[in-house]
Parts: sequence; structure tokens; C-alpha cells
Amino acid sequence: MKLIFERSVPGRGQDIFPECDVDIRLPETPLREEAPKLPEISENEMGRHYTQLAKEARGVNDGFYPLGSCTMKHNPRINEAMASLPGFTNVHPLQPADTVKGCTEAIDTLRNILCEITGMDDMTFQPAAGAHGEFTGLLLIKAYHKSRGDEGRTEIIVPDSAHGTNPASAAMAGYKVVEIKSNDHGTIDMDDLKAHLGPQTAGLMLTNPNTVGLFDENIMEITRLVHEAGGLCYYDGANLNAVIGMVRPGDIGFDVIHLNLHKTFSTPHGGGGPGSGPCGCKDFLAKFLPGKRVIDGEYTQAPESIGCVTGFYGNFLVMVRALTYLLFNGSDGVPELAKNAVLNANYMQEKLKDLYPVAYDTTCMHEFVMSLESIHKEKNVSALDVAKALLDFGIHPPTMYFPLIVDEALMVEPTETESREVLDNAIAAFRAIYKKIIESPESVAASPVTTPIKRLDEVGAARHPILKYDFSGEKAE
Amino acid sequence: MIDPKEPKYSKSHEWVRYDGDDVVIGISDYAQESLGDLVFVNLPEVDDELTVGEALGDVESVKAVSDIISPVSGKVTEINEALLDSPEMINEDPYDAWFVKVTDVQETEDLLSADEYDEFVKEEEA
Repeated sequence: MKLIFERSVPGRGQDIFPECDVDIRLPETPLREEAPKLPEISENEMGRHYTQLAKEARGVNDGFYPLGSCTMKHNPRINEAMASLPGFTNVHPLQPADTVKGCTEAIDTLRNILCEITGMDDMTFQPAAGAHGEFTGLLLIKAYHKSRGDEGRTEIIVPDSAHGTNPASAAMAGYKVVEIKSNDHGTIDMDDLKAHLGPQTAGLMLTNPNTVGLFDENIMEITRLVHEAGGLCYYDGANLNAVIGMVRPGDIGFDVIHLNLHKTFSTPHGGGGPGSGPCGCKDFLAKFLPGKRVIDGEYTQAPESIGCVTGFYGNFLVMVRALTYLLFNGSDGVPELAKNAVLNANYMQEKLKDLYPVAYDTTCMHEFVMSLESIHKEKNVSALDVAKALLDFGIHPPTMYFPLIVDEALMVEPTETESREVLDNAIAAFRAIYKKIIESPESVAASPVTTPIKRLDEVGAARHPILKYDFSGEKAE
Repeated sequence: MIDPKEPKYSKSHEWVRYDGDDVVIGISDYAQESLGDLVFVNLPEVDDELTVGEALGDVESVKAVSDIISPVSGKVTEINEALLDSPEMINEDPYDAWFVKVTDVQETEDLLSADEYDEFVKEEEA
């Protein structure tokens, strides 16, 4: 398809705004020398441009989207209806607190429900995404140790199966990252954990169930050992969908957590947001929470607050969607989410593991990881090739090459919002691809063939990205 | 062209070549082959202190980012800046595409000879 710049015709434009009749006076210094080269395009053509872009993109509304660790569940339309209510949209964060009581009540209600679900005592909604929530949680841990004069705690322990954001957030917060190994069962190697705990330990970051889709059965012992060493336990809520309403992080020894409202709580994501990564904590950390909140009609800040991690309240309309989702499901419905998410993942795992070996052959939680290592060695068909082949079946590929501890990994998370028929259809696609791997591996390596753009030159794109349009007439440079 | 038999190897797939008292570090052919096409390289800075067993930098393929583990402790005297613009050099000739030169080498992990390393890779693969 054409780029929007290629559709541009000089002098063409839109009639939304009248001619400017204000005498604008700007200081000379910051003025640019030439006007920005914006595309000149009619409303009709612009509409077509974006419609075509939308057609060539693929989202959860188009079909099955089992992107592991991302929880690409359906965003119920009632969420959108509630988030569009004028009382929630026609407000400004600088309005006097007593004029936005409905909004602050929505925030407080959501906080109460999420604290009940997670076993936390307090929560901030400022963080705009999961990694932002991690960073905030680590700053709380740092503030805690500092407030006690315990300055020698410089290390954060992270298992080798962790999402890359964990070590990144710890490094951003000024900590040294200490990686510990997974055992043969894909969970934490207890001896390696013990070997790395000490007076230098500020805390442990853990995702449970972890990225191979397994619940760490030693969790009580793990959090006990970290506490005994004087560290705090951070729960990465990335995989909360597996245990929501069933297990409360606060009950298994975690002091601080983040949630991903855009994953577990069904608000839309992909394409960069907007997300929401609230950070919850136990009472003894609440005095460090960032941001302001309305209490009894007044804006108040936690007494030893770490400051603000973003402006105002955070992504408010994402919170309205999550609140709608929770009220819609109710306390009976929430545990059903987890049960069905786990059931769907196990169903797919069982139906595929005879052809695609799973990395850890046991009952999984909300996702499972296949290893195509043997297929790659014997047939020279990689996890990437299978991911690409799924595109020809109208299925978004699973997460590839993650977690790093599994070779040729494909990580599948179906979520609870998919029907039996959708899962069966995906299973049939995986099995049909396997047949092709045996009969004509080269055809799998050549896929996809039905998409608008075929196999991308990912290496070329990464090594020599084209990031700007060349206006000199011919081509992008 | 450097003979792959000449350097010594670490179990984390780096090669080490001695240049008098100094050492040159790169990654093995097996390492570049398993990583796939590399698209980005992070190197330390000149004068950085390396610690044996800790990352000296990392390489990124379209699949993943992997740490390059330093087989020695010492001080970086030179980095191969050409790799920053052309990471494909590592895929093309991993023995020519050195990463860092290190002086003042205090400590070195137990390194394998080329034959021992080949054997080690075979066992890993099995």
C-alpha cells in the first residue's frame, strides 16, 4: 500500500479549521526555517489510508491471538460503554476534588477490589504500564531500606526465566541484578537462591506462575528465605490471570506487586497502550506510595512519598474499564476466569504435545511452552517458521524464543475468552503445520504466503532500518 | 584469517587469544551460529574493568539479547568499534571480529583448548 506521503498532493487539504484570524506573534529564536512537510490529503483519501492500514493490521478482534505472557483476552464492549460516559470523559485532573467525586469513587472502589484480590493493603494507579509498576515497586523497596538506614542492600534477585523487564527495572532503580537459575522443573533452584541471599539482598522479583507457565510450589519457602535475609518480595503480576481469585500474592509472602490492568483485567492493549500498571503494597510500605489521591474531598500525599511517577491519577479510563470488568464478573466470576484460562491452556497442551514437545511435561497454568529444538535439528524448521506458518491459518503467532531458558520456544496463552471451537481450530492448524514439516519442510520455511507482506527481512530491517521519508522525490532512504 | 584452532575457549562460548600479556576476546563460530544473524552489539568502554564471569557486553539477534561473559578480569584497552555499525561481521568471520582487547589480566577462568571445546560443544548438542 502507499504511504500517506505518497498520497499527498500539494494544495490539497481539509476544511475542518477556518482560516486563522488571530494575530499570532512568536519570538524569532525558536522558529523553524521551513514549514513541516505534512502530507496534504483530503478527508476522503485520509479515511481510506487509515482503513487500509487497519485492514492490514491484525488484532484480537480479527482472530485467535495466543501471544504467550500477554493475556490477549477479549475486551468486553461494556467496558467501552462505561469508559465513554461523559461523567468520566469530560473531566480535567485539575478540577477541584469535590467536583469529581464520581471519578474518585471509581478509583477508590477499584483500589479496594484489587487490594482484596491481591491481598495488598494499598495501591497507586500512577504507573502507566507493567514495567513502570515494577520500577515504582522497586523504588518503594529502596525507600523502605533507606528509611531504616539499611543502606547495604544493593542487589535484586531475579530468576533466569524472568521477563526482561525485571532486570531492566532493577537496573533502572539503581540495583545490581543477580540472576538465579531454574531447576529441571522450570522453577527456582532453591540452592542457588540460598547461595545468593545475604545482607546485600534488597529483594526478589518473581512471576508466579512463571514464564514457563508453572506455579512455583516452593513459594512459601522462597518468600520466607528472602524475608529471613532481610529482603522484600516483589510479585510481578504479568501472569496473575492464572491465579486471579484463587491465590492472593499477599498471602504467599509478597510485600509489593504490580498488576497489568491491560492484560488481566481485559482493557485493550497492543499497539503501545494505553496501559495501566498499578503498584500495590502492604501497610508498612504505603507511606512511600507515589502520587496524590483524594481523601475526604482533599488531595493528599503519602507522608514519605517517593514523589510522582507520572502526572495526576494515571490512565484513568483504563481504570474505569478494569472496574467495569470486575463488577461485571463479580466475586463468583473472577475465580472462573483463572480456572478457564488454565483449562484452555491445558487443553491445547494435551492436544499438541505428541507432535510438539513441551518444555516441561506437567500440568501447566494459563500458558505452556513448546520446544521445537528437536524439530529444528531434524527438519531445519524453526520456531520462527512455525510462527510464520500460523499466519496463513489466520492465527496470530504465539510468543517466540521466550523464555530464554527454552530453546526454539513457542509460548502459547489461549486465555479464558476463547471458545472450544477456536481452540480446536488452532490445534488443527498446528497439526496441519506439523504434517507440512514432515512432508515439505521447505514450504513451512517459505510461509506466510497469504498475508499482504510475505516473509519479512527482519535482519535487514534491524540492521538498516528506514526511519524517515525522503522528500527529494523518489524513494524512502 | 585466523585459525579457529589457535585461540582458547570458555564454556560460555567466547574465544580468548593471547597477544603477549594481553588478551583479545571474541565469540566462537558455534556461538554466532546458534545466535543467528546479529543486529546489535553492546561493548564496554576503553578503561572499563572487566570481572571474570560477568557480562562485558551483549549481542542481539532478531530472537534475543545474550550477554557476552568475560573469561578474564582486567582492563579494556581497545574495543572493536567497527562491530557497532556492522554486527554482521561477527556472523561472517567470528574469529576476525574481535570484541575487546584487555590488559593487566588478573584472573582467567579455566579455558579449553580448541579440541576440548569442540568436544564440549558436541556434548552440549547431544
